[in-house]
Amino acid sequence: MTVTQEHFRQAMQHTPFHARLAALSQTEEWTSWNGYMAPRVLDKLSTEYFAVRSSCSVMDMSPMEKYRITGADAYQFLDRLVIRDLSALKPGRVTYLAWCNDEGKLIDDGTLFQFGENDYRLCSQHHQLDWLMTSSMGFDVNIEVETHRVAALAVQGPTSYSVLTEAGIDGLDELRPFGTLDLNCRGIPVMVSRTGYTGDLGYELWVSPDNALELWDALFAVKTRYDVHAIGLSTLEMVRIEAGFVMPGFDFNTAESTVRANYDRSPYEVGLGWLVNIDKGPFTGRKALLAEKRRPTRRQLSKIIVDGNKPVGEAFIFDRKNGKVVGEIKCATWSPILKANIALADIEYTRGKLPKNLWARIDYQRELKWRSTWAKCKTTDKPFYSPENRSATPPKRF
Amino acid sequence: MIERIDAIIIGAGHNGLVCGTYLARAGLKVLFLEARDAIGGMTSESTIEEGYYSPGLAHTAHPLCPKIRKDLSLDKFGYSPGAAIETIALDGDGMHLRIGPSSVSGAGLDVQDVNAYAEFKKEFLGYARALRPLFENRPPRLKNMDFADKSTLAKLGWNIRMGLGRESMYEFLRVAAINIYDVLEEVFDDKRLKGALAADAVFGHHMGPRSPGTVLTWLTRLYGELNGPMSIVCGGQSQPGNALLQAAEAAGASFRTGTKVKRILVEKGKAFGVELEGDELVKANMIVSNADPRSTFLDLVGAADLDARFKQRVSQIRGAGDVAKLHLALSGVPEFSGLSESDISNRLLIAPTAKYVEHAFNDAKYAKCSAKPILEITIPSLHNDALAPAGHHVMSINIMYVPYDMTGNGHEQKAAFAYGVISQIGRFSPNLKSLVVNHEFLTPRDIESRYHVRQGHWHHGEMTIHQSFMMRPLYGAAQYNSPIDGLFLCGAGTHPGGGLTGLPGRNAAKRILAMGSGS
Repeated sequence: MTVTQEHFRQAMQHTPFHARLAALSQTEEWTSWNGYMAPRVLDKLSTEYFAVRSSCSVMDMSPMEKYRITGADAYQFLDRLVIRDLSALKPGRVTYLAWCNDEGKLIDDGTLFQFGENDYRLCSQHHQLDWLMTSSMGFDVNIEVETHRVAALAVQGPTSYSVLTEAGIDGLDELRPFGTLDLNCRGIPVMVSRTGYTGDLGYELWVSPDNALELWDALFAVKTRYDVHAIGLSTLEMVRIEAGFVMPGFDFNTAESTVRANYDRSPYEVGLGWLVNIDKGPFTGRKALLAEKRRPTRRQLSKIIVDGNKPVGEAFIFDRKNGKVVGEIKCATWSPILKANIALADIEYTRGKLPKNLWARIDYQRELKWRSTWAKCKTTDKPFYSPENRSATPPKRF
Repeated sequence: MIERIDAIIIGAGHNGLVCGTYLARAGLKVLFLEARDAIGGMTSESTIEEGYYSPGLAHTAHPLCPKIRKDLSLDKFGYSPGAAIETIALDGDGMHLRIGPSSVSGAGLDVQDVNAYAEFKKEFLGYARALRPLFENRPPRLKNMDFADKSTLAKLGWNIRMGLGRESMYEFLRVAAINIYDVLEEVFDDKRLKGALAADAVFGHHMGPRSPGTVLTWLTRLYGELNGPMSIVCGGQSQPGNALLQAAEAAGASFRTGTKVKRILVEKGKAFGVELEGDELVKANMIVSNADPRSTFLDLVGAADLDARFKQRVSQIRGAGDVAKLHLALSGVPEFSGLSESDISNRLLIAPTAKYVEHAFNDAKYAKCSAKPILEITIPSLHNDALAPAGHHVMSINIMYVPYDMTGNGHEQKAAFAYGVISQIGRFSPNLKSLVVNHEFLTPRDIESRYHVRQGHWHHGEMTIHQSFMMRPLYGAAQYNSPIDGLFLCGAGTHPGGGLTGLPGRNAAKRILAMGSGS
């Protein structure tokens, strides 16, 4: 059998929705997401941002890594892989989780969908096939990459429920957060999950690539009644910071791609300690995490609000003005809805405690001239933005 | 009432025995679980047929480390290393070489080579001596070193710099990681001598003389010479297994033979006992495995209790056996042309040139048995007449290379290969064929199933640089530890590796005792 490999002829792959995205793109700001062409911004960042926060946004998330995991040991394999207790997961439900290497450092996070007994879909930020194969040794499990076989759209925003209903998807009333339902949209079979990466009310639609454009068109047909906007990755970055979600590979270096000692991070260090269940049984990284849990906290990826309105960008954090460096900003954004500079910052603890004072030195430009100013930072434990209606079932209708 | 057990030793081979005896003498309640009926692992006797016994898989050996002999009073329990022997490198034209610890003689040998050999052995034994602190202690960690680690490194550094002196140190550093073939080419002219030394450097390893790291394997062998001269393992009370068994029993250890461990039981990351075949559970505070690392982790602990990367690393340990063993029951003394009966009580070697050895390895690289194998021949019954009926003898032959992954392990193929080996020796010993009463042929696969050693590897894993010292058996399980609390390793798969030194067992016991019984 000859296998013709043609993929190299195209530097970036097109997703099943590409035709529609290309037609909408005013800026031609494309980037590569797992080898697929993905828009940073299609039209205008502020329009796209407010679509998520005030009306309804649609994002093509087909490049998301997706693995179908089946076989007699699928549950045991996944339970051994991830740091979270999976015993409560049921068919028709989704859970957020993460996994570590032997040293208890984070490799990636993702969502796990259970379809039936020993039938799962794992979605992740980065390619995981190598790690999944490595972890699968000794388990009767079948791992299939289905990234290219499943097209996906994130439909997020306060009116998303109304938009989807208007578009012809019935049956969303009873869908609770982290639940999934097999529905249809004007005859197109669609799996809908009430999940998302925006911190707002929202759904993710999973569909065969053959039906992708038809589904897209059905959604955008509601534009006569509802405001629906396609959005790009730049908006996603803003809203996920507002929601306080971490992004492996951006907010911290993922373990299996880290070369330098201590440049990788454990779940405890990035605020995902709540996922770790030491007592659930053996899982990769357990021994290291148990040891870490008993030590005083060394550092923490913290949510901080930075005083003033200067965009904080990339900056060091100091313990006082012109003091000692105690951390650095990993991601930051101006939050239009909160009217605040918010950021996730990797902060070193002193003897297990967060430093009392945190100051960011903000370097910024005025007509290409660099200036510098000091801004006080305060930390918060809660998501920066979490609208009340996001979890209501059924959601509020508009 | 169930007896309290402090330590279970899985496998009563010599390293397990050494380790368990040290632990028992330190006051721990030790139970040995041995899958076979015999004690002593690869040094234990096997029966070719009624009345004919072969002394074991290891048929030549250097003495156990003298510290172990002394610590465990092994001589009191009957241990004696046996009469010193030399190597006779057989030559097709009858110009055999006689190779001793510091001298070599034989027809047609140039005096320059005779002198070079003495110099060479002196120099390389010096290197082996410099490495002694490394062999005789647990391998130092390079990160988070404690006092013992620093002390080992300091002694090693001192030995290499001050013990060897400047010139020798430079030479040592130059050759330590290169191949034996190049070194022999630099030093000697005589092909026969180079052939014999090349074979010695690679025996038991999946390497040819041109493989990198073969100076290191040669040095490990020379380390054995520091403990005393080579002798024939010839069974009976004097062999290490028997003496160690008595020493262990005297120290209060108990034994269960014919008892195969099915699983090491782990809960919350700690080993708490073993499950035997037949589903019996035996609990203990710690488990010390003398089984090879791959069997220990992949078969006995199992995937569910191992972290992903560690599991992968274990599965990638290199260690496919390459040596087959042929035992012959003979109706009389074989005659070798040009050799007297006292000559043939030595170790006979067929490895005429270094190139011959390299070519023999070439076949093994591609999963084929060597068309012209290297043979190491002993006649242990010349040293112990209890091994065969009066006037009869047994011959024990190590054959290299017979790769583990050779195609086919069927009866007919094995018989044909054994016949070929007998014919090969027959060129030196015309009457051999007529004397053969019976034979037993063990390929690495047979060794695997008989001795419960993964892939039938003598050393439980290749002794390459990346699987030596603090990386033996692998990263994540050095210093006789394992990622499972309460589970330790003490076999040839650990530092300093295979051979009958007993050091892995001793180092492991010291390590365990220093940790406070591991509980």
